[in-house]
Amino acid sequence: MIRKLFPYIGKYKTYTVLAPAAVIIEVFLEVNVPRTMTKIVDIGIANRDLDYILRMGAMMIIMAVTSLIMGALAARFASIAGTGFSKEIRKNMFYKIQDYSFANIDKFSTASLVTRLTSDVTNTQMTFMMMLRMMIRAPIMLIMATFMAVSINTRLSAVFMVAIPFMGIALYFIATRAYPKFRTMFKKLDRLNAVIQENLIGIRVVKAFVRGEYEEEKFRDIANKVRETQRRAEHIVIWNMPVMQFAMYGCMLAISWFGGNLIIAGDMLEGELMGFISYVTQILMSLMMISMVFVMLVISRASVSRIVEVLEEKPDITEKPSSEGIPVEDGSIRFENVSFGYGGPEGNKVLENINLSIESGEVVGIIGGTGSAKTTLVQLIPRLYDVLDGKVIVSGRDVRDFSLKTLRNSVAMVLQNNVLFSGTIKENLKWGNENATDEEIIEACKAAQAHAFIMSFPNGYDTVLGQGGVNVSGGQKQRLCIARALLKKPKIIILDDSTSAVDTVTDAKIREALKKYLAGTTVIIIAQRIASVIDADKIVVMDDGKINAVGSHETLLETNPIYREVYESQHQGVVENVGA
Amino acid sequence: MSGREQRTMRNMNIMKPKNAIKIIKRVISYMKPYRVQLVLVLICVLISVASNIAATYFLKPLFNRYIIPYIGRQNPDLSEFIRMILTMGMIYAIGVLATYSYNRLMVTVTTGTLYRIRTDLFSHMQTLPIRFFDTHTHGELMSRYTNDTDALRNMLSQSFVHIFQSMLMVSGVFTAMLLLSPILTVIVVLMLVIMIFIIKKLGSKSGRYFREQQMAIGKVNGYIEELIEGQKVVKVFCHENKVKSDFDNLNNELFEAAKQANTFASMLRPIMGNLSYIHYSITAIAGAVMSITTGLDIGSLASFLQYTRSFAQPVTMMSEQFNSILMALAGAERIFDMLDQEPETDEGFVTLVNAEKNEKGEIRESAERTGIWAWKIPKDDGSAEYVEVKGDIRFSNVVFGYEKDKTVLSGITLYAKPGQKIAFVGSTGAGKTTVTNLINRFYDVPDGAILYDGIPINNIKKKDLRRSLSMVLQDTHLFTGTVMENIRYGRLDATDEEVIEAAKLANADSFIRHLPQGYNTLITADGMNLSQGQRQLIAIARAAVADSPVLILDEATSSIDTRTEALIEKGMDRLMEGRTVFVIAHRLSTVRNSNAIIVLENGSIVERGDHDDLIKQHGRYYQLYTGLLELA
Repeated sequence: MIRKLFPYIGKYKTYTVLAPAAVIIEVFLEVNVPRTMTKIVDIGIANRDLDYILRMGAMMIIMAVTSLIMGALAARFASIAGTGFSKEIRKNMFYKIQDYSFANIDKFSTASLVTRLTSDVTNTQMTFMMMLRMMIRAPIMLIMATFMAVSINTRLSAVFMVAIPFMGIALYFIATRAYPKFRTMFKKLDRLNAVIQENLIGIRVVKAFVRGEYEEEKFRDIANKVRETQRRAEHIVIWNMPVMQFAMYGCMLAISWFGGNLIIAGDMLEGELMGFISYVTQILMSLMMISMVFVMLVISRASVSRIVEVLEEKPDITEKPSSEGIPVEDGSIRFENVSFGYGGPEGNKVLENINLSIESGEVVGIIGGTGSAKTTLVQLIPRLYDVLDGKVIVSGRDVRDFSLKTLRNSVAMVLQNNVLFSGTIKENLKWGNENATDEEIIEACKAAQAHAFIMSFPNGYDTVLGQGGVNVSGGQKQRLCIARALLKKPKIIILDDSTSAVDTVTDAKIREALKKYLAGTTVIIIAQRIASVIDADKIVVMDDGKINAVGSHETLLETNPIYREVYESQHQGVVENVGA
Repeated sequence: MSGREQRTMRNMNIMKPKNAIKIIKRVISYMKPYRVQLVLVLICVLISVASNIAATYFLKPLFNRYIIPYIGRQNPDLSEFIRMILTMGMIYAIGVLATYSYNRLMVTVTTGTLYRIRTDLFSHMQTLPIRFFDTHTHGELMSRYTNDTDALRNMLSQSFVHIFQSMLMVSGVFTAMLLLSPILTVIVVLMLVIMIFIIKKLGSKSGRYFREQQMAIGKVNGYIEELIEGQKVVKVFCHENKVKSDFDNLNNELFEAAKQANTFASMLRPIMGNLSYIHYSITAIAGAVMSITTGLDIGSLASFLQYTRSFAQPVTMMSEQFNSILMALAGAERIFDMLDQEPETDEGFVTLVNAEKNEKGEIRESAERTGIWAWKIPKDDGSAEYVEVKGDIRFSNVVFGYEKDKTVLSGITLYAKPGQKIAFVGSTGAGKTTVTNLINRFYDVPDGAILYDGIPINNIKKKDLRRSLSMVLQDTHLFTGTVMENIRYGRLDATDEEVIEAAKLANADSFIRHLPQGYNTLITADGMNLSQGQRQLIAIARAAVADSPVLILDEATSSIDTRTEALIEKGMDRLMEGRTVFVIAHRLSTVRNSNAIIVLENGSIVERGDHDDLIKQHGRYYQLYTGLLELA
């Protein structure tokens, strides 16, 4: 699975190759050091040959120093390669998500995208670094030590014929049985995190309804499940150690018995048996390392596959190669037979057969009941979603003919659920236009009726907003979002219920100011309040995914029952009251 | 860098050994319920280490006594040899069993301890005041449950046993060495000093980089969280490239720090391993010199050399645990920091009870739900006084600010008689929501008093106070679960019928029935599958099911179109019947029929009266109201 991510190693390829290279040298020296060591004992000390001991000792020191340098280098290279690898993956994922369409984002949900980019990447990096150091080291160690052991005594090596397959099979069973258990555990862990996150977001609801204990109960239940699944998964993994010890001790006993008999029969030397045993240790240790990496791979497989999912997701809104450089000339919009549904062609249709034509510079209001697809309709204009059927035409061209950048720079949209980012107010406003001068910013804020309250803050435009703009009220946030959109100087501006938290007077002032600020710009206003759309050139009444009527306030009031009902629900009693 | 980050950085730098010991003690206190298991673990580790040492120890007599004497014999008597092998086999078997046992026991201890820490953290979080959540980002709090707990898990499941094992090995081997040759042991000590010096050097270096890495990872993850949450805005503003380059900067910072941290951490093993070889050669040379000059016997030297090798391994192992322990302690520190946060103060003693009235109008506590509620005021002599819950709420001279030097409300005095509908009107930021946040004590009032049925709300237990108030909040939040479960959130013992009844009241029943699985349709946290207005309808139903004497509606219908609102009006009227209701709304049509309308401006009340009075006054309300008309 992790192999799918290898192309992302990219410019750290050199280090990815150098690390194992250094490891090979290190292992080679490491395998030879014990040999020198036995020589010191068997020959040097046995013969009281000080000169020999000094020579061998010096050689061993040189080998150890070289091996030390190689080991340190390998650590360095592996670190660069490993952290570089995760950096590249993180970068590629983040870039990829920037290319996602709204539909792609909806599919994953933001919470899951965040975990994929954070925990999953960290997990993968750890596994990769472990692989770099162990996966080379262990097999080479295994081969070299086996070679040494065989060269000491071929007959005794037969013990490995039993031990290695035994270990192999045991480790295989451990790893394959652990994987599904770990996957279950990770699922439960996801759910646990979701509960925490929900409680963080909804803490006021929890407190208002005094549901702390209920939530605790819920949490305890899921935390318990995490504990159980983790226990079950780890119960399998812990077999690793005892199995390894079992194999090692078994080998020792077998070698002692068979080796002892060989020695008694005069077919083997005592020193040789000692050396043999130390190679057995090395062989089994490397097998154990392989199994550890194997288990890590198994555990991280879930993470890796979640990363791969993000990377392999196809952005479902793509640009035509010929779109470059085609400008949006004016703010005219036309819907031709448009149908749309969030579930794709098979899913429920949210919009059906929409036909609507808006002249450049017109002010259009959209009114409709809860769930009548008002937001859906306008989201098609800046191509946040693609139509299933029909065409959305802006400035005389299908929206799919423009590059996304050109289109979205010309169509400003103030979303219903809007977001401000941490940073100063000015930085947030500059999202609309990076090169906006202070004067332009102030002008836009004045139009959005935001200037006054911004100036009431001690730091004015340099006031720092917390994440999500926590330190401004709902209505202030909405006005900042409008100002941000205004700075784009768009051809078309869409306000999706953007003043719902703003009082009526301010709302009216905003609309008044927009007329001046956005002369010539097409304005689309989705609103609950009739007052917000009453002076529009054209009002569209939506009902259940269809356009019910289009017309001016007066005509609709006369001819359209839905509109009249909405109007009356808001204006009942007003006239007589004020008249009184 | 924000102030908060600076603070964390400072905190991380002053992680003193004294603090570390305190934290370790506290972590251990969480393992208390597993005392028996831990003792067993220690015993098993001891057995496992002993059998491991025995593995090498028995080899020598095996050779000397049972093999070497028989070399070259035709029919050697191997029965002793076999018995020895069998004995060793037994010891090994016990060792393997012990290894398996302590590993298995540790799984129980680790998962159990983590469970305790997690649930403690969560329970404690539930008690923290709203103010705490205002001042910490979600990402920051989340990471205590994820990153920090993970680091702790590593320490618990690995470091704990490893360190104990290593310490046993080191002390055992050291004693053996000392017995064999005190002079050669001096070399060992010297070498040990060098090793510790290197570990300390590398450790402090890598420690610094690890802290840098944790900081950088915090920044990157914070950025990711914020930006992904605002991804749709990024798209609408074509800000992808700017965001990418900002991300690259942070990502590169993380890479630099992580590269260094990991380099030093992973260098430790090869350096220590090879140092032990150097150590070996030096000992060999010294030993050889000694054996020639002082007559040290070869057998002892050989075993000493063998011990030299087994000495290095546990030292390396311990040093390798160093970083993970450091990280775990830093994580534990953050977890405990949250656990040490002051919970919401609750000095209340008055509780809310079900009550019944006898013919004389006396109120008595009842075990069942009667629809009548009473405040139970305990008296010193153990008896209690009961006051019927009517929903009479009075503010007198309430002053409040979220920050010390910024008043949001200045001198608010108002009353709501039982069954009245009181509306708050005023421009954005006038303090309307703040008023309701004080009634349910999300925030405490420093100055002035709020009385509920004549009882100062500070005397009422928070839980009971909030139970007596149903709220529909400005930001509708639903939980993952079915529609049914979400509505039932208002009152957990509500029957299905009661839930459906409430949904009908909120006019949510018809759209819920149109959902794929009706009331059993699963809602996700972000409520993607529902429109903003539909979510509000569910929130209203949720408050309706709660059936409390006081109802607070904070912009409860802002995303509901007026036609639907008109449809739910009847239901709402029924819902409000007999209850004290506080309404906040921009839409003045919603507030028109209130008993009293309170107009707030900059945190003070500028007008009050019913609709007709206020219109006659031709004041602020009139302006707000006719602002709508002038455009008509």
